[in-house]
Amino acid sequence: MKSMLRRVLMLLATMIIVSFLTYAAFELISGDAAEAMLGTQSTPARVEALRKELGLDAPFLVRYARWLLGFFSGDLGISYSYKQPVAELIAPKLEVTLWMCLISFIIISVVSLPLGVLSYQSVVGKFGWIHTTLNQLLMAVPPFFTGILISWGCGVILKFFTPGDFPDMHADMAGAVRYLFFAAICIAIPRIAMMVRMMRSTVINEMEKDYVQTAISRGNDRRGVLVGHVLKNSLVPAITMLGQTMAEIVAGGIVVEQVFGIPGLGRLLVASIANRDYPTVQAVVVILAFWVVFAGMAADLVNQCVDPRLRLGGES
Amino acid sequence: MRKQVLAGLLVLGMAVTALSGCGKKAQTTETTAAASTEATAAASAAETQAASSASETEAASSAKTGRAATNEITVGIAQDLDESLDPHLAVAAGTREVMFNVFEGLVKPDPEGNLIPAVASDVEVSEDGLEYTFTLREGVKFHDGSPVEADDVIWSIKRNADDSEGEAMIPALTSISDITSEDNKIHITLSQANNEFLSYMTLAVLPSDYDGQDTAPIGTGPFKFVSRKAQDSIVLERFEDYWGEPAKLDRVTYKIIENSEGLIMGLQSGALDIVSHLGNTQTSQLSDADFHIEQGTMNLVQALYLNNAVAPFDDVRVRQALCYAVDKQGVIDLAFDGLGVPLGSSMYPAFGKYFDASLTDYYTYDPAKAKELLTEAGYPNGFDMTITVPKNYQPHLDTAQVVVEQLKAIGVNATIQPIEWTSWVSDVYMGRQFESTVVGVDASEMTASAMLKRFESTDSNNFINYNNADYDALYAKAQSTFDDAEQTEVFKAMERNLTENAANVYIQDMADLIAVRNGLEGVQFYPLYVLDVSGLYWAD
Repeated sequence: MKSMLRRVLMLLATMIIVSFLTYAAFELISGDAAEAMLGTQSTPARVEALRKELGLDAPFLVRYARWLLGFFSGDLGISYSYKQPVAELIAPKLEVTLWMCLISFIIISVVSLPLGVLSYQSVVGKFGWIHTTLNQLLMAVPPFFTGILISWGCGVILKFFTPGDFPDMHADMAGAVRYLFFAAICIAIPRIAMMVRMMRSTVINEMEKDYVQTAISRGNDRRGVLVGHVLKNSLVPAITMLGQTMAEIVAGGIVVEQVFGIPGLGRLLVASIANRDYPTVQAVVVILAFWVVFAGMAADLVNQCVDPRLRLGGES
Repeated sequence: MRKQVLAGLLVLGMAVTALSGCGKKAQTTETTAAASTEATAAASAAETQAASSASETEAASSAKTGRAATNEITVGIAQDLDESLDPHLAVAAGTREVMFNVFEGLVKPDPEGNLIPAVASDVEVSEDGLEYTFTLREGVKFHDGSPVEADDVIWSIKRNADDSEGEAMIPALTSISDITSEDNKIHITLSQANNEFLSYMTLAVLPSDYDGQDTAPIGTGPFKFVSRKAQDSIVLERFEDYWGEPAKLDRVTYKIIENSEGLIMGLQSGALDIVSHLGNTQTSQLSDADFHIEQGTMNLVQALYLNNAVAPFDDVRVRQALCYAVDKQGVIDLAFDGLGVPLGSSMYPAFGKYFDASLTDYYTYDPAKAKELLTEAGYPNGFDMTITVPKNYQPHLDTAQVVVEQLKAIGVNATIQPIEWTSWVSDVYMGRQFESTVVGVDASEMTASAMLKRFESTDSNNFINYNNADYDALYAKAQSTFDDAEQTEVFKAMERNLTENAANVYIQDMADLIAVRNGLEGVQFYPLYVLDVSGLYWAD
């Protein structure tokens, strides 16, 4: 219970620190919201007037405090770009991104865990090099590139989905999920390759440990040991890594959203940074911070269930 | 069919790579079992995919005929309308391009660049050019159904002329000394005659008592605004009560896809029907069977803009040397497949009478002469310079790349510094902290001033710090000249002044390629950055 409370406090602190750092970062880079909004119509007089209107003429700390106060009273502000409440702007995008991440996460878990354990075999095999090369290749291939390939192959040619025509989530849920599935694959491919590699080395390491050798020397079946003992012990690092993956998916999603034309959170973040739309950036960043910390916490909790030793206070 | 097979193989290849590792020596029952379940899973997935693909294909083919039947189109645009939709406040060219179909002024531009009556049915100008009388057209309605009244027009003009809080939205309108109405007539009195005044009357007429323009705009144009989903889509619908020739399409959806590969794939997949501002590399990926390409010009002046206030660009000989050293046609051929119109000053051909074609070849490609000029200016071995380029504009980056190579011939070592657009606005445009930059400068109204005023030494948009007394005098003269022919000559003299003093290294007006789905007709080019969708229709 106490540790739970500590975690929640940590989560809150992280969110505040991240939001502050983001706010501060905008102070350092050139160009502010007023200039971004006026573009080539900027003149010193106009920029000044707009800054005043947006409240940007106040000192940095005052502005941040105002934002923080608004945040805690549930007011995320109005988007400079779209002139609509940030909460209203973000909600549909959050939904899309959550679905995409969820699908991607399922693909990664379902494919990489069994594959990782199975690929332990391949090291010893004659064709181990094929595996290593493929793995290296898939890890290196950028989602942008796979995005184009999949859009072209599955979309334009095979017509499994229509690139550029993301269906409305509420009107056509099945269509939207199918569309997201192909985007999720692009995000998943490099992560799967990474997971498989990690799983394989964990299993190899584990197999060399004394307890395994002992078990085998006692006449136990190699396969039985793998499934009965090694797998369980390999699960903890795997889950930790899945937690990290869950956080990384969101970053991988930004590029994929752009290639597939999916109206998600990542695209919104990139655009609102470019537009210096501070209220929107702040809200998205806080959500992402929450997501990252939450993913780590979730992984820890799951690990504690898998491995009771971790419950005795040790962090995994 | 072959393409399909190829794609099938490609996808299969990906599936195989994803499932790698399980095809290995399966020695035990467990692994084979696992492998075979995966295999069945893959097989059944393939089956469902095949089934869904079949139904998709049917849907797609019926959608094609269905689209013409439903009489609507989807336009792909690379830039979101991420600002206020109030036409008096919106600044982005991308927003103007779309909203051109929603708003109208008392007059509006036609494809030839002439001003034709719109909300006003008639305009009379007094001999001395100081009095304008507009007759409000009968039966013009706003999209909410309410009639346009003189008060709305006056409110709209006054809003743009108001300089009580600093600068007026349209500074030229501050010359209005009086504006009154009488029945359906609106009288405007100017304190100083201005040939260009009428082109400012293209400003949108808005209802005076409506406060939702930011997000749900209302105008008088052939299309009415329906919805905007941030970074997703904008929907317009035909306005049934339009005073003029009604739009032919029922509905136009703009899909926002920032990425050029995404736009091309959207066209190929059938999601999009028309996309503008494409390059040759992109349009060449589309098949003639499905699309035709319309070619126009971007209507902007792409140049290597030089900061005339910093060394060594404060020396006219250095600037001229750069003009001799850059081969515009070479840039166009190398980076734009030969599509583009070379320019020699701050004016593009769509401006008609104001454009002076003779300036284009004022500097012919001559590296020897450039070298000579540099030696004269004290840089026999050249110098280092930075070209700042907004990195979201690939064509400008491409141009800069070629320029860098060309400048090497005269010993000038240029480096490209790609920066964010907003930083460009802040540092280069507002702060004027730069040496040189490649961008395109366009006009928001069809006036010579829109292109030339910015180089007046004290103008707040004079980001290149051009400082030439003759030029300032010419601009003042243009402002006080009311005879059109005479004024045109003065504007041309200003263009010549920019060329002779090598204010910038002028390059080109870029080609604007529009990919249009076959069957869709009626694309018209304007001398402005707009896409008029009211004339588009599906041919039978």
